Amino acid sequence: MVHFVIVGILVLVTAILTYVGLDMAGIARHMNPVSASAQSVSIDWLWNWEVITISFLFALIVVPMVYSLIVFRRKQGDNTDAEHVEGNTALEITWTVVPLFIVVIFAYMGAYSLGETLRVDPNATVIKVRAQQFSWTFEYPEYGIVSTELHLPIDQQVVLKMESTDVIHSFWVPEFRVKQDIVPGRVTEYRITPILEGNYKVRCSELCGTSHAYMEAGVIVTTEAEYNAWIAEQVAIAAASQTPEGQGQILTVKNGCAGCHSLDGSAMTGPTWLGLYGSDVELDNGSTVVADDAFIKQSILEPNATIVSGFPSPSVMPPYTFTDEEVANIIAYIKTLK
Amino acid sequence: MKKFVSSALLKGLLWQFIGILVGGGIVEIFRVILPDSEPFGPFGFSEPAWVLGGFLSAIFFLVGTGVTGDWIKWARGIDTPEHHEEHYSGWEKYVNVSLDHKVIGIQYTIVALALISIGGLFALIFRTELAASGLQFLVTDMKLFGQNGPQLYNTLMSLHGMIMIVSILLGISGIINYVVPLLLGAQDMAFPRMNAFSFWIAVPAAVLLLMSLFLGGFDTGWTAYPPLSAKAPVGMQMFFLGVFVAGWSSILGALNVIVTVVRMRAKGMNAMRMPIFVWAAVATSIIAMTATQLIGLSFQLVMFQRLLGMGFFDPAKGGNPVLFQHLFWFYSHPAVYVFILPGLGVISELLPVFARKPLFGYRWIAMSSLGIALVGFLVWAHHMFTSGMNEYLRVPFMYSTLLVAIPTGVKFFSWVATLWKGKISTPTPMLFVLGGIVVFLLGGLTGPPNATVSTDLHLHDTYFIVGHFHDTIFGGFVFPFFAALYYWFPKATGRRMNETLGKIHFWLMTPSFFVLTFGMMYIGLLGMRRRIADYDPALGFDSTHLVLTVAGYLIATSVLIFIYNFFNSIKNGEKAEGNVWNSRSPEWQVPSPMPMHNYDQPFEVVGEPYDYGLEGSKYVEFAAPVADKHK
Repeated sequence: MVHFVIVGILVLVTAILTYVGLDMAGIARHMNPVSASAQSVSIDWLWNWEVITISFLFALIVVPMVYSLIVFRRKQGDNTDAEHVEGNTALEITWTVVPLFIVVIFAYMGAYSLGETLRVDPNATVIKVRAQQFSWTFEYPEYGIVSTELHLPIDQQVVLKMESTDVIHSFWVPEFRVKQDIVPGRVTEYRITPILEGNYKVRCSELCGTSHAYMEAGVIVTTEAEYNAWIAEQVAIAAASQTPEGQGQILTVKNGCAGCHSLDGSAMTGPTWLGLYGSDVELDNGSTVVADDAFIKQSILEPNATIVSGFPSPSVMPPYTFTDEEVANIIAYIKTLK
Repeated sequence: MKKFVSSALLKGLLWQFIGILVGGGIVEIFRVILPDSEPFGPFGFSEPAWVLGGFLSAIFFLVGTGVTGDWIKWARGIDTPEHHEEHYSGWEKYVNVSLDHKVIGIQYTIVALALISIGGLFALIFRTELAASGLQFLVTDMKLFGQNGPQLYNTLMSLHGMIMIVSILLGISGIINYVVPLLLGAQDMAFPRMNAFSFWIAVPAAVLLLMSLFLGGFDTGWTAYPPLSAKAPVGMQMFFLGVFVAGWSSILGALNVIVTVVRMRAKGMNAMRMPIFVWAAVATSIIAMTATQLIGLSFQLVMFQRLLGMGFFDPAKGGNPVLFQHLFWFYSHPAVYVFILPGLGVISELLPVFARKPLFGYRWIAMSSLGIALVGFLVWAHHMFTSGMNEYLRVPFMYSTLLVAIPTGVKFFSWVATLWKGKISTPTPMLFVLGGIVVFLLGGLTGPPNATVSTDLHLHDTYFIVGHFHDTIFGGFVFPFFAALYYWFPKATGRRMNETLGKIHFWLMTPSFFVLTFGMMYIGLLGMRRRIADYDPALGFDSTHLVLTVAGYLIATSVLIFIYNFFNSIKNGEKAEGNVWNSRSPEWQVPSPMPMHNYDQPFEVVGEPYDYGLEGSKYVEFAAPVADKHK
């Protein structure tokens, strides 16, 4: 009996210490990173209860184990067996039924918390998201603008209608908690209500190929006034870019070209566009060509026709179908990158 | 040396090479003749040629080793003796075809250890790359086996997963093959030829898997989700083939175990008097025998999509990428119970021996293994909470997943009750048993947050999951596997492994492992995604990752110490021919090493297996007194 009392006290002390320790590490009551969406509130609430339960169950198993190892260890020279106890049906039933009870409670809490994250605001703003290897594009259909950064107003629900042009990707902003895969051939929805201003990042969290690690984009949560200012600015830029190179730039943003082709000269999954036009390009078959209109057009429409030396063969670039005018606009844009 | 050159293993490998040339050659001839097809690819053969070559290579390997020899003779009407005399002695037994379950068990174990070393080496390579943010040596402008740095990272990371899975499957087969017939009092497995076949087919499977590294690799992770896997280099196909072939080993091996347990138990051994490990072996075999087909099938569908343009998972052709995930996880979730149930069986089997007390609640533990196996079939879609499958489907899968906690909890409570008021000693096998319980507990406790959908939306595809499943696999397989090797090593060799080295192994590996998985879970919560070659330095993970890398190297060091101890003790270990652990189990009632056809006299079960402390009780009684009885 004394053993049970001591172990009982030790279990409680260990459980509390474990929980306090985890809480101090920032993974219990206030889960890191900061919670920045209305949806994350019920997730963090459930998580905290789970940490409490984990701390208790951890102590409940480990404390009697360690206690037995110390107190009931075999004494030197004692070769006899221990007391013959085969089992105890009442105990077995207890530790089947009580956990079942706890599981039912967590099943309820889990379903409740999931329901909270799915709450629909009928007035939610629609933003179209396009994911492609290895970039994100955000389209605001109300205003006809396209951006490589996601700007969101605070305290308003937005619904992201997400599509992928190639493989499966996943939309995850750790501060928002919620994660949703984007499957080619269908539109998946993602509802979020930002509640904290700040600069976050959406990070693709479903392995999508070579540069998966770098498939990130800025997510900027601002006040409504700042958001509206940004929208107005983007609308003005879109209106001003009726030139071929302006149209070309919009096309490259829409199609996420900069996910693989840098604009600053660094080598990414594909060759940089900086200073590309008119330069001598070395191919992997050893020959050299001049990057003129014909070469760039062929490279866009048939990525596998030629491979630039040092880049993967066969090419990982998906084939695009552009009209002749669109290709000409893109080339006009590339010409400006010197 | 000459003996090695003429061994079945080397003959098989030579024939496997010929098989690739023959299969690939046939396809290439057609492609040269037929118009509109490009005959060769970036790796010599074209993709279809590699696939047929790889497929034939496995068949050629098996015929080359001679493991199918008796069947071919029977088909031609030639009789063969029921038992083969052992032609080989010493190490030669293990590189040639043997029908003895003990030899096959050791063959499985050695190959499992080899694969663990290879898979571990891959992990060290990419763990080193992760030690700091930015790309260190797997850089974009390097090129190896047709892959640049990040591609190679993905290949190594993906292969680490699958190589380890195969090594676990072979590891459990090793222990089950060696131990189960001994525990049952059987002379061998029910189907000795199929048993040998199950082992030998795993060798070409491992070769195919490793070949994928040299054929452009693949960047999909072990899960191989299409459409990404439909676009990956030709290495992807070798991966599919390797898994497909390895699956045969699992299915046939499991069938053999079930028949052996049903048909070949000693007199008096009714179901509730079987050693508890046998229950675990049966539970695991039921899953392996009935679920493995699904992973083979799902990979085969992608293979056909690539080769023949069948759009099973191609949305442009009306296919559905999410369907693949259902098929894949229908095996791959139950598979994790295949990995852990035998390990939990080892824990239950060894605890009473070292606590000198009966196993607390034998029936409950036996039934909990079956319970886990059955519930395990109903939870697969909890891997798909974010996948875009029907939103409402997520709730029933959350409920079924949480149910797994119940039978698992029964095991933990029963283990603690077994230890309570025991007379506990802690030689190396017991240390690994205890370590296994604690590590598996951490894996188990970090499971429910992934089961409740809303928290999983945050945790899915992060390092939290990576930490969680490494805990379950180390606690459920790696620790018990080492415990089993230290424990049954004297039975197989007549010598025991060095205790001091064993303890160094344990005390080096266990704390390092805690640091590794706790660190993984911690940064996972903070936003570290899984399967990335590089991470944003702004996240501030650099120092944690460095610690994780150091922990990884310490684990590798401890395993090296084990491997040295293992091979050194075969020759130089302290002699241990008697009942070293003072166990009641039948295999320890006869001298070690175990003779060729196991027990000279059959035994009868006359009591309960774990009645330690019950005066005058015995588990088994031999028909005639055993000549050389050790205490």
